Amino acid sequence: MSGAFDVRAVRAQFPILAEPIHKKRLAYLDNGATTQKPQCVIDALSHHWTHDNANIHRAVHLLGARSTEGYEGARAEVARFLNARTEREVIFTRGTTEAINLVAQSFARPRLKAGDHILVTGLEHHANLVPWQLVAEQASAHITHVPLLDDGSLDLDAVPALLAAKPVIFACGHVSNALGTVNPVAALAAQARAHGVPMLVDGAQAVAHLPAAELDVQALGVDFYVFSGHKIYAPTGIGALWGKLAHLERMPPWQGGGDMIREVTLERSTFAPAPARFEAGTPPIAQAIGLGRALRWFTQELDRSAALAHEDRLLRTLTSALAALPGIRLIGTAAHKVAVQSFVLDYAHPHDAATIFDFAGVAVRAGHHCAQPVMTRFGVPATLRASLGVYNDEDDIEQLVRAIERVRAMFA
Amino acid sequence: MDDDDLDELYQELIMDHGRRPRNTGALPDSTHHGRGHNPLCGDQLTLALKVVDGRVTDIRFEGQGCAISTASASLMTQAVKALPLDEVEALYAQFHALITEGADVPVETLGKLAALTGVRRFPTRVKCATLAWHTLHAALHPDRAGAQATTE
Repeated sequence: MSGAFDVRAVRAQFPILAEPIHKKRLAYLDNGATTQKPQCVIDALSHHWTHDNANIHRAVHLLGARSTEGYEGARAEVARFLNARTEREVIFTRGTTEAINLVAQSFARPRLKAGDHILVTGLEHHANLVPWQLVAEQASAHITHVPLLDDGSLDLDAVPALLAAKPVIFACGHVSNALGTVNPVAALAAQARAHGVPMLVDGAQAVAHLPAAELDVQALGVDFYVFSGHKIYAPTGIGALWGKLAHLERMPPWQGGGDMIREVTLERSTFAPAPARFEAGTPPIAQAIGLGRALRWFTQELDRSAALAHEDRLLRTLTSALAALPGIRLIGTAAHKVAVQSFVLDYAHPHDAATIFDFAGVAVRAGHHCAQPVMTRFGVPATLRASLGVYNDEDDIEQLVRAIERVRAMFA
Repeated sequence: MDDDDLDELYQELIMDHGRRPRNTGALPDSTHHGRGHNPLCGDQLTLALKVVDGRVTDIRFEGQGCAISTASASLMTQAVKALPLDEVEALYAQFHALITEGADVPVETLGKLAALTGVRRFPTRVKCATLAWHTLHAALHPDRAGAQATTE
């Protein structure tokens, strides 16, 4: 049902887009950091707290039942979104970072011996690097990585030898947050499987920008897939870990507490099966319900394929508009990219530019994007990053270009 | 805030020192060194001073940063060169109070440093302006900070 995409109708669902910024129209181009929330998600939180709020799983009363139904309904929504075999494979976490730490501590740590290694890539966000460094250090293991080519794509020729060296796990981003590169995850997972290497994919920057077929965890053939709700129009504080049930059933608990146990005596406890085993304590219930609502909006109410085609067109418009400007260097020019264009200006530091952009109503990210190894690879301390969402339009791009011209007038 | 605040932030003196910073490069016979780092944006700064008889006789810096941090470092080197250390300390305290607490510091005390007053209206940029001063403080008190300054 993908036809003409009505971006104005989508924009109208995001109340914050009408918020004046320094008396200017907001051009929100910082979706890689977090996305804005549609009214239906805002309403879902409000509805939960107004009508349904109680703790989940234990209460006998009606509100407890409603809350539990909402929370578990959101889990089912996540399972559908990733085409999981069963909802039991979906664990709610605070976000991508917590999900990766969970896998690092509960899956990788017991397997790691001194001298072992963990394979990552040169594109990773610190969230998919530091948890592995911590666990490697605890076990006297070390980190190896897939290097980057000059266009910001992975050096795929290096992968076979790195996998043949039998890392304990291969942790790979699906889409680079700093550069927008889409990694060929299915092909990499096939190679990893051939070497018997389990693979975790960080989907934080992928979930809001790829079609359903490319987020189907069964088709991808990976072992773990993680993402954050707030990158896909849902609240902060909620995310998900999908893992193959065979792995989850063998993994020890990560954090202890309520809701994750079967039986507790003063001396010892037995633990609930997945997913409860990994969800100690009261979770962010309303946020989980908000995530479920956001996914339903994204997959059923939005014309997803038309929206993503719109986003791809806009990325091409953005990239060619930037490339046409004098004194600019585009960072990240891989053939397969989504939603992100990083750049530096010869005449102004990213932070000065971002301050001036802000006064033009343009919100971008300036900095190292929690991907310092990527910055080092390209020899820059920081970049400016414009990142798109489904509600961006050509006016946003034009507003950015005018803001860059203003910076040039001041600094060049 | 409006565009006047932006113009005050990027006034001519700041733009001039941001583009053509003074007192840059290495200082071969230095007596004190500091390294500053702003982990938020990746800005790096190294500072070298020559202190003779309790007085800063020379000071230079190297590094990369935004216009605000470069101009602040440049203006700082001009302000503290030839000052006795107790006056350097006093100026550090006054500049810090001006930028981070919005304290009222007389313009005659600050001299050209007053050009950085506009930064205090930009909370996200305050650390750019204070990096050089934290580095200076660390260089003069290596016992306390290990001559490493960070804005975090």
